Amino acid sequence: MKKYDAIVVGAGHNGLANAAFLAKAGMDVLCVEKNDYIGGAAVSRELYQDWKYSNCSYVCSLLRPEIYRNLELHKHGLQITPYGGSVQFMENGDYFGSYHDPEAAHREMARHSKHDADAYTRYSTDTMRQCRLIRNFLLRTAPDPTSFKPRDIKELMLLGNKFLELGEDRLYEAIRFWTMSVADYLGEYFETDVIKTALSGSGIIGTALGIHSPGTAYVLLHHYMGDVDGNVGSWGFARGGMGAVSNALAGALQSYGGEIRSESGVDQIIVKNNRVQGVALESGEEIYAPVVVSNMDVKRTFLNCMDEKDLPASFYNRIKNFKIRGSSGKLNIALDGMPTFPALPPGSELIGHADMHFIDSMERMERAYDDWKDGTWSKDPYIDCTIPSAVDPTMTPPGKHFMSCFVQYCPAQIEGRAWTSEERDAFTKSVIDQISNYSPDFKDLILHVETRTPQDIEDQIGITEGNIFHGELTMDQLLFNRPVPGYAQYRAPVNGLYMCGSSTHPGGGVMAAPGANAAREILYDLKLKNTVPENFGDD
Amino acid sequence: MTPVSINTGRLRSPFYPRLAELDSLNTWHNWAGYSSAEALYCEDMEYFAIRNSTGVFDITPMTKYRITGPDALDYLNRLVTRDMRKIKPGRVAYAIWCDDQGQVIDDGTIFHLREGEYRLCSQERHLAWLTTAAIGFDVTVKEETAEIAALAVQGPTSYSVLKNMGIDGLDSLKPFGLIHHQIFGTELMVSRTGFTGDLGYELWIDPDKAIDLWDALFAAGKLHGIQAIGTHALDLARKEAGYLAPFEDFLPAETTVRTGRTRSPLEIGMEWLVDFNKDNFNGRRALLKEKAEGSTWRLVKLDIEGNKTADHSYIYADDKKNSDEIGFITSAAWSPVCKQNIALGTVRTPHGKPGDNVWVEVYYQREMHWNRVMAKATVVDKPFWFPARRGMTPPAPF
Repeated sequence: MKKYDAIVVGAGHNGLANAAFLAKAGMDVLCVEKNDYIGGAAVSRELYQDWKYSNCSYVCSLLRPEIYRNLELHKHGLQITPYGGSVQFMENGDYFGSYHDPEAAHREMARHSKHDADAYTRYSTDTMRQCRLIRNFLLRTAPDPTSFKPRDIKELMLLGNKFLELGEDRLYEAIRFWTMSVADYLGEYFETDVIKTALSGSGIIGTALGIHSPGTAYVLLHHYMGDVDGNVGSWGFARGGMGAVSNALAGALQSYGGEIRSESGVDQIIVKNNRVQGVALESGEEIYAPVVVSNMDVKRTFLNCMDEKDLPASFYNRIKNFKIRGSSGKLNIALDGMPTFPALPPGSELIGHADMHFIDSMERMERAYDDWKDGTWSKDPYIDCTIPSAVDPTMTPPGKHFMSCFVQYCPAQIEGRAWTSEERDAFTKSVIDQISNYSPDFKDLILHVETRTPQDIEDQIGITEGNIFHGELTMDQLLFNRPVPGYAQYRAPVNGLYMCGSSTHPGGGVMAAPGANAAREILYDLKLKNTVPENFGDD
Repeated sequence: MTPVSINTGRLRSPFYPRLAELDSLNTWHNWAGYSSAEALYCEDMEYFAIRNSTGVFDITPMTKYRITGPDALDYLNRLVTRDMRKIKPGRVAYAIWCDDQGQVIDDGTIFHLREGEYRLCSQERHLAWLTTAAIGFDVTVKEETAEIAALAVQGPTSYSVLKNMGIDGLDSLKPFGLIHHQIFGTELMVSRTGFTGDLGYELWIDPDKAIDLWDALFAAGKLHGIQAIGTHALDLARKEAGYLAPFEDFLPAETTVRTGRTRSPLEIGMEWLVDFNKDNFNGRRALLKEKAEGSTWRLVKLDIEGNKTADHSYIYADDKKNSDEIGFITSAAWSPVCKQNIALGTVRTPHGKPGDNVWVEVYYQREMHWNRVMAKATVVDKPFWFPARRGMTPPAPF
């Protein structure tokens, strides 16, 4: 039986990136995947004939350009196309649009509030300052603040220096920013409800928190710091759907000699004498390697695929208490044509090209969260709706469209029990009805709908509670505390076992940074030449 | 309900139809959402119109705010660093305003239109800050950019042009003064202000009368060499006058991400605009501290040897090898009217005192090949171009 140098469990984008960097260093790497397709949550699936569905993650902005370049992802078919703008449909029949062109954006904002239009400058500057701070650490391993190893001290000093470079006043700002709510943060700049609402969505996407919950301001950054062709803050569609990201990473992995085996779900990670031995597949087959890297979230890794007796008790407990709550669902819809939106002027560039939202007040945003706390889905949800086929001609047949609706809030269970099919239908209806309020022909254009509750996402992909970030991005679960204190450097408390999923620093989003960072640590332990690129400098 | 539609492209000033007729180069750029001509027919000739006859530049896109209310003066005095009590009705003040850290948010001009009624003009948009700074004052701040059409009429014959147009009161109108004149059934405001460092005026009117104003102005100026100009000509003139351009010679604090890249008024040569004798104004504590402890940066005007324009150059204390750089050039030009190689730059203190010599590393290209020269430069404290006619009252028919 063949023995590998390393086995990566899960062919999500981080697993593939991790495997690619290990293979690039000359290791004999196998990536195993439970599904019959690769990509995890970055996929393009044909769920309706001739349609590609980015049926999980749906936009690309955080994918590290350093990784893109280093793994030559363009040679493996990846191309990211920016799209512009967003729109907030309002109950009074008006709308608030956001445009790619800064002057158009300012003018539209000024239509709602001249004050807020001008305040956006300072908001944007201040938010960018926080982005620049955290961006330094995306492709670095978080230092262990209790360690005296030269590497940790060096990294801690770098961390400290970056903070000190901010200067006294801005240091206060940074610390406040990391802990405050997105509603409070926006309230310091803006006075208009619909403008605050439009900007607040990024603070709660993928997070089981409301806009008034402390810690949500930070989540903004995970949506604000995207790089598309070096333009900070812009977003893009992966041409051919999000699967193009995974396929390109897989292409890179294979070009370095790595292997991928699909339909090979892992039942157990095999441990002997506190040393990893390999994995036992659901089929019963065992594959051996001195290094096993888990791209699964930490709960699935340690609670489902390991024997708790192999793990330190307090570590096990901390993992049990790791916050990874299901908060969002998804509707993926095939459309017979482009829906009309009568609130928008005919010919508006926002039609189809913008991120659409059908909620217009901070009150409604918070009420949507109240439903989740009550153990049910939001009856008046926050929907992040995109139509990638309006930009990407490869998604659907000409004239037809694919619509991705990210829906928040949506619990993993209803009042503590499994969803019934009636409840799934009612959830689907609440989304379709909300969109129909602003698009009279929308319902008639629907050819097919895929509804995914957090439980569906967990069942199909494996992410615990379908949490898009593999664990919430709150201060207690960030940097050297991610996933849990003492284990932020990708090493599990079992020799040879590593974590490379989004439960680790720097967290979720299709970033590939956790996978790359974990590869750097593994290569360091094995005394192999590092293949993982450093952050592009930005002074 | 009919969908609300905004213009998502560039706005056109009310003078656009006339500018478009004169434009043969099709080079327009964005100025605060408006199309603004870089040059209309020849930027060199347009520049010489400013220095030789009269150049007319459309300043409608300039951000304008109307400030009124019982506390308008107290408000402005808290907002800006200079003492606004000295600016009587009919006078105009160049002013700077700072954040709490004493860093420059922007500079601009404040027109005391009538007793207690002001207009503030600036390059950037500041309604959010102006509103924040109004807390505690009985004052109204209203953005009125699109409600006023404005032209800069600059150059030695500008006085003759306006006089020929029938505008009264020019003979006694001093620099930084303003008058109101009735014309076309509306009020035209004329201020003796500008961005060229020359004799010149700015005209402010209801946008509906913009074309009437333009036509009357050009008819009156026909025999006085009147020419429409674009931003390139104006930019050269402002460098000769030693005027600062935001985003080039300093960064507005609210747009600046990196710590240490903002500037205090003391660091950009505007100490004369900071009046510590008046009561509280924004940034006062920080600026007092800076005055006591010393500034980090100093803005310098440089007269550079030779004729190689020093764009983007590093500045050194001396020309020895491995010498440390002490700063950099922010604006540079060959001055056609002074026949001087001029520049504005920023250096670390204590360098850059008037009369000091510094060295500028100039890269210049000749037929594709690049050359480098270390040019000696002298720090000067006066504008490069400051003609007597600029201050003469009454001006003469030059």
